[in-house]
Amino acid sequence: MTTLADIALVVRSKNTSPFTYCLDIIFRDAGDYARFKSGRLIDAGLIAGLYGIDREQVLDVIYFDPALAIKICLPRAISSGAPGDRDVYGAQQHAPLLLWQF
Amino acid sequence: MATFTILSPTAILGYGFPEASFERGLACNPDLIAVDAGSADPGPYYLGAGKSFTDRAAVRRDLGHLLPAAVKRGIPLVIGSAGGAGARPHLQWTVDIIEQLAQELGLAFRLGVIAADINPETLRAGLEQGGVQPLTGAPPLTAEAIDETAALVAQMGVEPLQNALATGCDVVVAGRAYDPAVFAALPILRGFDPGLALHLGKILECAAIAASPGSGADCALGILENDRFVLQALSDDRCFTPASVAAHTLYEKSNPCILPGPGGELDLREVHFEDIGRGRVAVSGSRFTASSDYCLKIEGARLVGYRCISIAGIRDPIMIASIGEILEQVRTRVDTLLPAAAQPGSLHFHVYGRDAVMGPGEPMRGHSAHELGVVIDAVCPTPEAADTLCSLTRSTLLHFGYPARIATAGNLAFPFSPSDLRAGAVYEFSVYHLLRADPLGLFPLTVRELGQ
Repeated sequence: MTTLADIALVVRSKNTSPFTYCLDIIFRDAGDYARFKSGRLIDAGLIAGLYGIDREQVLDVIYFDPALAIKICLPRAISSGAPGDRDVYGAQQHAPLLLWQF
Repeated sequence: MATFTILSPTAILGYGFPEASFERGLACNPDLIAVDAGSADPGPYYLGAGKSFTDRAAVRRDLGHLLPAAVKRGIPLVIGSAGGAGARPHLQWTVDIIEQLAQELGLAFRLGVIAADINPETLRAGLEQGGVQPLTGAPPLTAEAIDETAALVAQMGVEPLQNALATGCDVVVAGRAYDPAVFAALPILRGFDPGLALHLGKILECAAIAASPGSGADCALGILENDRFVLQALSDDRCFTPASVAAHTLYEKSNPCILPGPGGELDLREVHFEDIGRGRVAVSGSRFTASSDYCLKIEGARLVGYRCISIAGIRDPIMIASIGEILEQVRTRVDTLLPAAAQPGSLHFHVYGRDAVMGPGEPMRGHSAHELGVVIDAVCPTPEAADTLCSLTRSTLLHFGYPARIATAGNLAFPFSPSDLRAGAVYEFSVYHLLRADPLGLFPLTVRELGQ
């Protein structure tokens, strides 16, 4: 079994607005990226499972060829900095993706 | 061939930069020095409370290099999203530092100051006329939310900045601005392609973060040509690579292909990154498409209360084994002592070592660490009520007699005395919407001659 941590150059999360955040995966190798893209190995269903949310809540999964990258957009349960928020910058929400085994 | 060179000293004004990099940038004879001073990342507090998230001494240090370099060489200097959130108090805070430096350094120049505050009436009128749309994830706007909003700003596009530069301002300090606009306003005014200029601005607003290795505290240079732009690092420690630039194009954006901004969108579907040697990357194919309606992004924050926190550690394995039930029972007991109806407020337990970062979404259930950090987080309508809720929760948890308890002296290890800390006012984003508006009308320009 391999994890994204083994093959990706970058796996990160960050706010895209106070109400949404994104997960970015940037591949080291064009072949790995092509394999993920052609097989749609990462899609809304996978993300919903990893993050314990409904598939419909996954706002977008975009494959971006110029950067060998996949971008996933998700809603924040609590807006950035509001009472009950846990991660104002949204910068530490990537771990489930990093350790996903395929 | 016409070129336009932009020097971006640092990712955020106040983050600093090496003097050697800055000197190297100046030696390339830039046509513009531009710097972004803000971000919504640090959360709603700074906008709502009128405070900067950068340090005054650090901003003064950066401006102490930028102002004399720009003024003495006749290079326009543009600063966007002054003071972090870019509302009136933040703008004034930045202007005060500039005035003080101009006097101390004996600099004479024409200063343009552009405010970005939005009158609540303007937004209310927009709402009534159907000219307001929520951005993804934001709730629909209501008149009540506008009434409760403490500070309201709009992200200006290139037009107000171009207006100030065309008026002959040597230094332009703008309130909240679309980050790339700060860099793109002048080259677009000079006839360069808006798509390339805005994409270059999108990269330069983070300075050397887009280089490899990235740094938020180093300079970067952008050279705009007719059909492409070139990125160049200004320190031997780093270089730009097609991968580093492409990766940055994704950064903090919901869609890497289409980037909406004031008045239109940047289309990066045909973009091409090329390594042209010596640590430089050429970028081509970025296109700007103007939209039929000009829309501005409006940001607002409202006060939701005051916070008091207590931080404590738990090392007892018996207690850790049933921490979830213990915290729920403590919450119930506190509710009984302080009925929510009489004492409204919210109480959160952030349990580090369990799920403080991901909350209900944490997939590693049942993997508690050998020690836990608990932050008791009370937010109430007054600071005194927050003190009471935090204090009562802390004392209840400290002496709570949970089942199977053997350690009967106290349940918490406090690192500090006092154990409870007031954390000040708490805000939340109340407005994050698009408003159909005139590109110039909402951003008044004030021009002053300094040092005359």
